[in-house]
Amino acid sequence: MSGILSIADLRLRRGEREILRGVNASVSSGELVALMGLSGGGKTTVLRCVAALETFEDGLIDVGGVVLRPGPPPPRGTIRDLRTRVGMVFQLHYLFEHLSVMENVTLAPVHVAHKPRPDAERRALELLETLGVAHRRNALPRELSGGEAQRVAIARAMAMEPPLLLMDEPTASLDPARRGELGETLVQLTATGRTLVVTTHDDDFARDFATRVIILAEGEVVEEGDPRQVLTNPKHEATKRLLQSARSVADG
Amino acid sequence: MRRIVILLLLAAASASAQQPVLRWGGDAEGGAPFVEADPNDPAVLRGFDVEVAEQIAKGLGRRPEFHQVGFNDIDQSVQRGDFEIGMSGVEDTPARRRMMAATIPYFEFHEVLTMRAEDRGKFPTMASLRGRRVGTLGGTIAYERVLAAEKSDGVICISYDDDVHPYADLRAGRLDAVLLDNIIAARSMRRVPGLWTESRPVATSHYIGVLATGNTKLRDEINDVLRERMRDGTLERIYRKWGIWDSYQPAFFAGVLNADASAKKAAEGGGPAQNLDVVVRYIPALLRASLITIVLSCAAMGLAVFVGVFIASGRVYGSAPVRALLTIYVEVVRGTPVLLQLFVLYYGLSSVIRLPAFLAALLGLGLNYAAYESEIYRGALEAVGRGQLEAARTLGLTEGQVLRLVRGPQAFRIALAPMTNDFVALLKDSSLVSVITVIELTKQTSIFAANIGSWVIPGILCAALYLVLSLPLSRLAGRLENRWKAATE
Repeated sequence: MSGILSIADLRLRRGEREILRGVNASVSSGELVALMGLSGGGKTTVLRCVAALETFEDGLIDVGGVVLRPGPPPPRGTIRDLRTRVGMVFQLHYLFEHLSVMENVTLAPVHVAHKPRPDAERRALELLETLGVAHRRNALPRELSGGEAQRVAIARAMAMEPPLLLMDEPTASLDPARRGELGETLVQLTATGRTLVVTTHDDDFARDFATRVIILAEGEVVEEGDPRQVLTNPKHEATKRLLQSARSVADG
Repeated sequence: MRRIVILLLLAAASASAQQPVLRWGGDAEGGAPFVEADPNDPAVLRGFDVEVAEQIAKGLGRRPEFHQVGFNDIDQSVQRGDFEIGMSGVEDTPARRRMMAATIPYFEFHEVLTMRAEDRGKFPTMASLRGRRVGTLGGTIAYERVLAAEKSDGVICISYDDDVHPYADLRAGRLDAVLLDNIIAARSMRRVPGLWTESRPVATSHYIGVLATGNTKLRDEINDVLRERMRDGTLERIYRKWGIWDSYQPAFFAGVLNADASAKKAAEGGGPAQNLDVVVRYIPALLRASLITIVLSCAAMGLAVFVGVFIASGRVYGSAPVRALLTIYVEVVRGTPVLLQLFVLYYGLSSVIRLPAFLAALLGLGLNYAAYESEIYRGALEAVGRGQLEAARTLGLTEGQVLRLVRGPQAFRIALAPMTNDFVALLKDSSLVSVITVIELTKQTSIFAANIGSWVIPGILCAALYLVLSLPLSRLAGRLENRWKAATE
């Protein structure tokens, strides 16, 4: 398996706060990586750095050959290349409020990839069918349930066919049954050659579906490996705390 | 407006303070030789109307007390009882004689055509001005005469709120001729070089004093005083002093003293039927003025939206100097009266660029409202959630596409309701452009009101027309507001 994402010594501070203190991680093609940690541990920030939504102070990010460096936002050409390699699904979905489900999914294929609209719509319909929300194609985002909105957001990101898909807390707004469905969907996506990096609080979800888990605490990777091993016999104190808190509360 | 506000202007000696007063009203903005503030002491008034008023007061055994009033509001103000007699170049019209208690005429004047010196002799009559632009003072006999010539001779009537700008615009080439009283024409020729006045009069009329309808007893006493002063040469002396005594006055005086023909004419007058006639006659003009109001408002709003979008985008996306420049524009435009901006555009810039009145009105209103629109759009752009923008960016949209496809459309929805409200406000603010000679609905109404001597019917008609124009918009704004409110629930 070849590496599609490598993060080396990623450091980021906002004012006095050190949010990432040298994160190292690498992800291979076809993996489903669960990025876990307590709130404020820096999980979401790592994803945002990979998607170039945040600048960072030190370190290096390599996404399938596109290299992000510390300092000011990367040049336009780098951003353009990066966008063809990484897609992102936000925790709050951020579907375009003024567009229907179909228009949400076809916006980028038509305007960025310059696909003919009928082709874009055909592909969008396939994606929506796979994700089980094709019947909602004419609805506006405000008319969707949380689960539906999430699947539309996945379809929107997938429509640009990025090899790497980042998902921020996809399990947070789902009940256990829906969580299972989402897991199956994500596993299917990796079966077609995609790579997924998913932040989550939910150790059951990670155990059932992830190929690997990375535990992040106070801006550092403290433990990583096979989900069943790491989450059943946690070695690090932070992992134990994480599992305890997951038993009592499951917050976003 | 360059309105001189003067309260009590006749310095009353303490000795005469016990005397009863004669409150008389006039417009000191009318200037010499009618009524003007003394350049040496602005608290003192002078002018032939001032001296005639003094003579009347003296004849009645009273002390004159001046009240400032806008020229077009003299009749209304007398009726309200603000003062007992109005007189500063008040013209003798059938409508006045019908509505008010009018004195006998005390001066005869002529409506004369003034043109640029190089056009000397070219336009001896109204008929010779076919297709030409003729300026005059709104709500006067001269205005009625030009309006009539618009129908019969095909001249283009341009109405002004004062008697200074018509001559300035004539010199500047915006007009081909000005029709006004010979006194005003003579005065303007002294002020503005390069003008020439045709001596053959287009029409003849008289100045009178006006009193409230029921005040005939005082009116008759005043008439007696005026006749006496004509007889004893006091009026001639005053007119000579102000350089307005001419060959027409002796015959006019004789006519007044012998037959008092004009006073008889008063009795003739017209009944309510004629009143209704006038109303019907004015309705097409009001409808035409409404059309100007709506075309001007729509065009100005279009310009405001277009410029406003650019200002807002510049203030959100621009570099620091661009943002600073646009902020200055918005603050200056919002911080100064639109009336001043219209004056500057039309008159102030006329030496650099001579904008047609309608275009100046369109630019003035449009650029003014652009500042307000830009603030709405800026707020709306900033109200679009950051998540929406980041989602668009991660899909590979360029910043321009994010604005065009996501941020702009969403901001537009937020801005639509306040925009519609602004449009209604603009519709009403469009009445301000009458100061630069565009006759829109409100101006046409005030001309109408001045002509029939009452605001009741013109006011109701005008209000009804504005409501017809603005109600659909207000309702649309309300509906959009509800719709988007529901959308965000």
